[in-house]
Amino acid sequence: MRTEAAKKTNNLPEMLGRNWIALFIVLLVAFFSLVTRAFFSFDTVQLIFFNGTEVFLLAIAELFVIITGGIDLSVGFVMGFATVASSKLMVACVALGLSPFWSILAASAVTLLIGLVPGLVNGWLVAYLRVPAFIATFSMLGVTHGISELLTQGVPTKNLPALAGDIGNGSFMYVAPGGVISFFSRPQVARGQTVLAIIPNMVVLSFLFIFLFAFILGKMKFGRHLYAIGGNIDAAIRSGINVKRDLIKAYVISSLFASLAGLSYVMKYITGKPDAGANMLLEAIAAVVIGGASMAGGSGTVGRTILGALVIAILETGLRIIGMQTFMTYILVGVILILAVIIDQVFPNRNR
Amino acid sequence: MAHLLEAKNITKRFGGLTAVDNVSFHVDAGEVVALVGDNGAGKSTLIKIISGVHKPDEGEIFLNGQKIHIDSPIDAISHGIETIYQDLALAENMDVPSNIFLGRERTKKVLGCINVVDYEHMSSESRKVLDRLDIRIPSLKANIRNLSGGQRQAVAISRSIYWNAKVLIMDEPTAALGISEQKKVLELVSSLKKQGIAIIIISHQMYDVFSVADRIIVMRRGIKAGERLVKDTTSEEVVSLIVGAESVEKRSQ
Amino acid sequence: MAVERTLKDARFKYISPGSGGFFQTSLGRFSARNWALLFLILMIVVFSIGSSGFFDIVNFQNIIHLSTGAFLLAAAELLVVITGGIDLSIGYVYGLSSVLGAKVMQILYAGGAAGMPVWQVIALGCLAALSVSILPGLANGVLITHFKVPPFIATMGMWGICNGITLFLADGFMPVMGAPSEINAIGNSYFLYIDPSKSISFFTKPSYITQADIRSILRLVPNSLFLSLAVLLVLGFVLGRTRFGKHTYAIGGSMDAAVRSGIDVKRHLIMIYVIASFVSGVAGLFNLFQTGIGNYTPSGANYELMAVAAVVIGGASLTGGKGRILGTAVGVLVLAVLENGLQIIGVSAFYRYIGVGVLLTIAVIIDRAFPDLF
Repeated sequence: MRTEAAKKTNNLPEMLGRNWIALFIVLLVAFFSLVTRAFFSFDTVQLIFFNGTEVFLLAIAELFVIITGGIDLSVGFVMGFATVASSKLMVACVALGLSPFWSILAASAVTLLIGLVPGLVNGWLVAYLRVPAFIATFSMLGVTHGISELLTQGVPTKNLPALAGDIGNGSFMYVAPGGVISFFSRPQVARGQTVLAIIPNMVVLSFLFIFLFAFILGKMKFGRHLYAIGGNIDAAIRSGINVKRDLIKAYVISSLFASLAGLSYVMKYITGKPDAGANMLLEAIAAVVIGGASMAGGSGTVGRTILGALVIAILETGLRIIGMQTFMTYILVGVILILAVIIDQVFPNRNR
Repeated sequence: MAHLLEAKNITKRFGGLTAVDNVSFHVDAGEVVALVGDNGAGKSTLIKIISGVHKPDEGEIFLNGQKIHIDSPIDAISHGIETIYQDLALAENMDVPSNIFLGRERTKKVLGCINVVDYEHMSSESRKVLDRLDIRIPSLKANIRNLSGGQRQAVAISRSIYWNAKVLIMDEPTAALGISEQKKVLELVSSLKKQGIAIIIISHQMYDVFSVADRIIVMRRGIKAGERLVKDTTSEEVVSLIVGAESVEKRSQ
Repeated sequence: MAVERTLKDARFKYISPGSGGFFQTSLGRFSARNWALLFLILMIVVFSIGSSGFFDIVNFQNIIHLSTGAFLLAAAELLVVITGGIDLSIGYVYGLSSVLGAKVMQILYAGGAAGMPVWQVIALGCLAALSVSILPGLANGVLITHFKVPPFIATMGMWGICNGITLFLADGFMPVMGAPSEINAIGNSYFLYIDPSKSISFFTKPSYITQADIRSILRLVPNSLFLSLAVLLVLGFVLGRTRFGKHTYAIGGSMDAAVRSGIDVKRHLIMIYVIASFVSGVAGLFNLFQTGIGNYTPSGANYELMAVAAVVIGGASLTGGKGRILGTAVGVLVLAVLENGLQIIGVSAFYRYIGVGVLLTIAVIIDRAFPDLF
């Protein structure tokens, strides 16, 4: 048994074993910095977070469900559905004569609302009809994929208001030479002068949501109940936790974050297509598992999941910068995913 | 004076089978009653009736002389009747305070409106109840997974006690434990007894029964086959009551 | 509050068949057990009435021919699902095998300039693809049994690795061309060609018929059917009649019991994952023979999930210990007929994604409602 005293006398290898992701991130950064000078810069950090927004959001989506001992295979295509729904709605609102700003706002709000539905259905199937999460969410993957394809008929959405791209690719804060600071809009400067852009809007937006839900998961009753459900569902039921309602909430949150990822995609790339998040399922689950969560449920935190997603985001952006193709990312994510599980078995109790 | 818990003429039928047949028993504060009997003798059914899982077909239950209705486990708990099943119902991935407060977490308000789980409060309350029961657990932050079987049992018991159990029902508390752990749990039972808790123990182990119980109730095929004070009986007599040998002898005489 | 009743409600009470009623009759039980088959027949009837093109031997052979790959993948998945595991890598082993086979043939054949006999080129290409497709399964099996990596994670990691290697071979999202054209002829030919009142030939079309006029003669039994039948018979025999099969079900039913009864579970599981991987490789090779090019698995194709869907619709349970190859064949046909029928009656094929989802959920709910039936 592990006692307080034993914990303090941890030796170095064990400490490194428990915090290997942090170590791994340092190694990754060091590696890429050695290969290219250009890597180690503030801009690259921003780029990593900018490129990785969807992975961060989908990983959090997956985390809430994995903690309960479930799995959500639908996140990628719920994200795709959100890109289609929101982009179509924006175009429709503009056509109705709304200003671009209100069109984007209205479309986003409605998309987030519709985006709760797949989660509600998933949760209901899992909690009330006892359909295994794998099956229920795969069914939802098919349904959202089908509906998105029907909406687009194979043609990605186009003609979005230009403002969407401005928001999606803009930054929260700009510092012009001479110390002039402006928010949200890039200041006009003379040719040749560079403006320092600080924190992309989409990163700010995503992390607002991520912090909010990290708080809910870590500090509120509902969060603890999710861990209890994943740890011992019988104990959770017997101690009076409303397991069914909490399960539905977990799947709804998952769906909400997938929809947020869709919105982020639309704003960044100014288009919507059904398969926008098709290849991100592996990355989302990998991020959660690399972050130390067990697929059996009951463990995993937002902070560590973000670290896991960061590993993937650094890999993707780093490999792109040093000119390696995407295939390397797939291989490395696969290898790290498997290694993560093996390392966690060698050094158990890495986290709660 | 009225007994703390008294069950009168309890009968429970499942279809054609009478699982519990007109059984009456009582338990007083600070008393340990052992419920023994062979498999299928009706011990579990009787216990489940007291803890609200089953509803009796006939019979009444009194608490401090007042008739009470136990229609669900919630009713039982609200009357201070807590049951610890063999599987303990602990979330192994969580720590001690989280388990003691599982489903009943204490919260505090942050910024005047947001309810946040008050971990410090839960922690100190857990420490208090563990100290009161003289339970030693190295670290409250240890996950249940890292505790021994006896310590888990102790956490489950502490949870019941914290939530003001007056009657504690324990189903085979020592079944899955090593020898030294068994001893600790039995010591814990004795200390609960000193604190005035009424305890009903289901057990197969004669050693347990004779070391902690004050009274033994023997069930056989749904009926109460006998009731003995521990100081007035021997384990041979109890065993023969369990298997029904005594009654056979009596009949043959 | 602690609630034993809610516990019961959540754990044991679900849509129950109820007492009495239709599902207690033998007909009711039969239809519940074979709902997928009945649904398949119903679909065939509806599509046949709904359109003129559906009920046609050419179309039926088409459905069977085009679902060969899906059937092989589903058969592979079935083996793993029976043991209580899951293999998410098969879809990408499929792509890897297809691309690798094409690449080897492309290099050896070099547009006909290399001078190696065509049959040798094809044989070496197949050999390379098949031997490499064993490796992911071996890795999966070893990771799962010896390193205690959950099957979901191990095979998901292997999905990433196979996908990466495939994309590397495919040189950045390009189908691999340049394999000898003979493979097409093997992959797409039929057992029997009948030109009424003129000629009957086996395996190759009569030489006087050009490829453009091929539809004018009657072609019967696509070669791919032999492949599917072979897999069906072999797996049916192995699962139903051999010790290996019994052990497979035993492991899925209770891993502990299997270990205690002396089955070498580790070895057995490794073999299962290797066979699954190998069969997926065969499926990938078939894809090469059918299309003539090496196709990587596109992201979001979800072949592995479709295979799981077919297996589950075919009556297998993801908790293991249950599932038959005939049921899986029905599951594959349900999905294939759904897709084909929707296309022919002119409904957008995108409805099939929705259809798969709905069918899959129905399958599980029926499975839950009649746990003792299958």
